[in-house]
Amino acid sequence: MEFLKPPPVRRLDLEHAPEAKEAPKRRNPLTRNGNGNGNGSAPSGFSSANRRRIGEPQLSIPRMEIDELSVAYDGKLAVKEVSMPVRQGEVLALIGPSGCGKTTLLRSLNRLTELTRSASLDGRITLDGTDIQRLEPTSLRRRVTMVFQQPNPFPMSVFDNLAYVLREQGSRRGSRRSLHDPVCEALDRAGLLEEVKDDLSHPALKLSGGQQQRLCIARALVAKPEVLLLDEPCSALDPQSTEKIEELIVKLREDVAVVIVTHNLQQAYRVADYVGFMYLGDLIEYGGAKKLFGKPSEDRTKEYISGGFG
Amino acid sequence: MSPVATKPPVEPPKQAPEPKFEAVESAGAWRLSDRIGLVICWMFGLLFCAIAAAIVIYLLIQGIKYVRPDVMFSSPKVGFTEADTGGFLDPLIGTLIIGAMGIAIALPVGVGIAVWLSEFGRPFALARIVESTVEMIAGTPSIVLALFGTVIFSSTALSFLSRSSEGVVFGRSFFAAGIMISLVALPLVVSSTREGLQAIPQHVREASYAVGKTKIATVRRILLPSARPSVATGTMLGLGRIIGDTAIIVVLLGALQNFEKTGSPFPLNYLQGAGSTLTNYVYANAPTGELNNPQKAYAAAFVLLVFVLILNAAVDLVHRQSRKAGSWNS
Repeated sequence: MEFLKPPPVRRLDLEHAPEAKEAPKRRNPLTRNGNGNGNGSAPSGFSSANRRRIGEPQLSIPRMEIDELSVAYDGKLAVKEVSMPVRQGEVLALIGPSGCGKTTLLRSLNRLTELTRSASLDGRITLDGTDIQRLEPTSLRRRVTMVFQQPNPFPMSVFDNLAYVLREQGSRRGSRRSLHDPVCEALDRAGLLEEVKDDLSHPALKLSGGQQQRLCIARALVAKPEVLLLDEPCSALDPQSTEKIEELIVKLREDVAVVIVTHNLQQAYRVADYVGFMYLGDLIEYGGAKKLFGKPSEDRTKEYISGGFG
Repeated sequence: MSPVATKPPVEPPKQAPEPKFEAVESAGAWRLSDRIGLVICWMFGLLFCAIAAAIVIYLLIQGIKYVRPDVMFSSPKVGFTEADTGGFLDPLIGTLIIGAMGIAIALPVGVGIAVWLSEFGRPFALARIVESTVEMIAGTPSIVLALFGTVIFSSTALSFLSRSSEGVVFGRSFFAAGIMISLVALPLVVSSTREGLQAIPQHVREASYAVGKTKIATVRRILLPSARPSVATGTMLGLGRIIGDTAIIVVLLGALQNFEKTGSPFPLNYLQGAGSTLTNYVYANAPTGELNNPQKAYAAAFVLLVFVLILNAAVDLVHRQSRKAGSWNS
C-alpha cells in the first residue's frame, strides 16, 4: 500500500567519506614585517583596510575625564579602575572581547548604568570639570547622548523623533515651525536630510536599517551634546550603511567628542584616533590608533589584534 | 559496511509511480497512531466550527425573523401575549450605559496598574501582591463579585450611588453594576497592556532615557503609544465580557425591564436608578425565564451577538493595523 510507504532516509556513506583537508598554512600577520606597508599608512595586519580619516585630528579639547572608575554588578567587578580622557576632535574607540566591560564603561559615562539596579560605581567621571554625579541625570544625558546597537527610532514620524528630544519632557508644545530648523540641522549633520527632507512626517520605523541608525544619530545630535557615545552602532547594519556611518563618525569628531565601542577591529582601525583595549574589566592599553594597532606595547593587545583570542 | 548505517532496501520499489517532488511532508508516511490523532484534531476543529456556525446561523435566522425597528425602539411593557410586551429599547440603552461605565473605569485603572507593574513595580513584594490580586479577580466568578457588591453598595456611606428610602439604601443601580462590572474587564485590560509593554525592547526605553527623558515622559510619549494596539485589544475584549455578563446585572441592576429613575437631575436620575441590559432581558424572556417571550429573547440575543461580532472584528482590525505599522524586531 503506497499510503504506508516509509519516507526516504538519507544514509551516510561512511566508507567513502571525503577526508578533511588541512587548510593551507598562513603566516602570522604580525610576524611579517615591512611587507609592502610603506609610508606607515597601514600597520601590519590591517594592510587591506583604509583609514577613513580626513587627516590627523586638528584639535583636541578635553571634555570628559574618567578617573579610577570601577563598576560592579552585584559586587562583581565589570570595570576595574579605568582612567582615560575623552577629547573633542578625536574619535576614541573601545575594543575588547565580549564581556570585557567596554559597554559598561560607555554606559557609565551618561549614568545609564544607574538603570541597572545591581550596579554600583566607584571613582570619578568629570564632564568639563564637573563631577557627573553632581549633575541632574536628565541634563547630563542631554549633554552626553548615546546611540545603541539596534536601530531604535521611536514609533513616530521622522520629525517627531527629533522634536521629542527638543521638547520639554513629555509635552507636545513647541510648534513645528519653531523646531523645523534645529531638526533639519541635526538630520543634515547625520547625513540623512537629503533622503528624508521631502517627507519629514514619514514613519521612522519604515526607514531602512541604515537610515534608522542615522536617524538615531541625528536624534542623539539634536540636543547639541558635548559627547556622543556609540555602542556598536554598525553591528546590525549592512556594509554600505556601515561605511556611511563610519564616514559620518569621522566627520563628527570636530564638533563632539566621539566614543565608540566596537567588536570590529577593522572598524576601530578605520575610524579611531585613540583606542582603548579592555580585557576582563581592565584597561590593558590606551594609545593612538596607529601605535596600538602597529606596535602594541602589551602582549595581550598584540595577541588580541592578531586574532589570538576574543 | 559501517555499523552505523543500516542496509538500504535491496529491491527498488517495483514500477515506481511518477516521482512526486512535493516540498510538503505527507501524512501518509506517519505512524498509525499519529494519523489517528490527526483525524481526531480535524474532527474537533470541524465540530467546533460547526457549533459556532450553528449558533450564529440559528440566531441570525431567528433574529432576522423577529428583529423589527419597533422592537428596538420601544420600551418593554407588561402584556399577556408576545405582541403586547413591547420592545427592548431600555435594555439596549442599558447595555450601552453599562459598557461605557465599566470601560470608563477599567481602562484607566487597568492601564495604570499595567504601567506600574511593568515599568516601576517596586517594592518587589507589592508588585507580586498586585499581580496575584489581578489574577484572583480574573478567576472570580462574576456572581461572587455581584454578591459582594450588594453588601458594599447597600452601605449608608454609598447611598448617593443608588435609591434610598427612609434610611434604607437600595444598593442596586447603574452606578453599582457599572463599578462592579469594571472588575470583570480590568484583568483583561491589565494583562493585555502588560504584554504590549513587555514586547517593547529594553533598548528603546534606554534610548529615551539616553536623550534626557524621565521615566514618566518615556511612558507617556513612547511606551503607551507603542502599546496602543494591545491596550485597544484588552479594552475590546473587556467590553465583550462586560456586555455579555449577566450575573452582576441581575443582582446589582435590579432585575427590572424598564428604567426606574430617581428624583435627581438628568444624567444622575438614570444612573442612580435601576434598569436592565440585553443579557438580563434575554435571561428573563427565555423560555425558562419568568417573562417567557422567546421571540423577543431571540431578537435581543441577536442584537447582543452582533455587538460581540463587531468587537471581535475590531480586535482583528487593530491587530492587522499594528502589524502594518512596523516594529523593532528586525
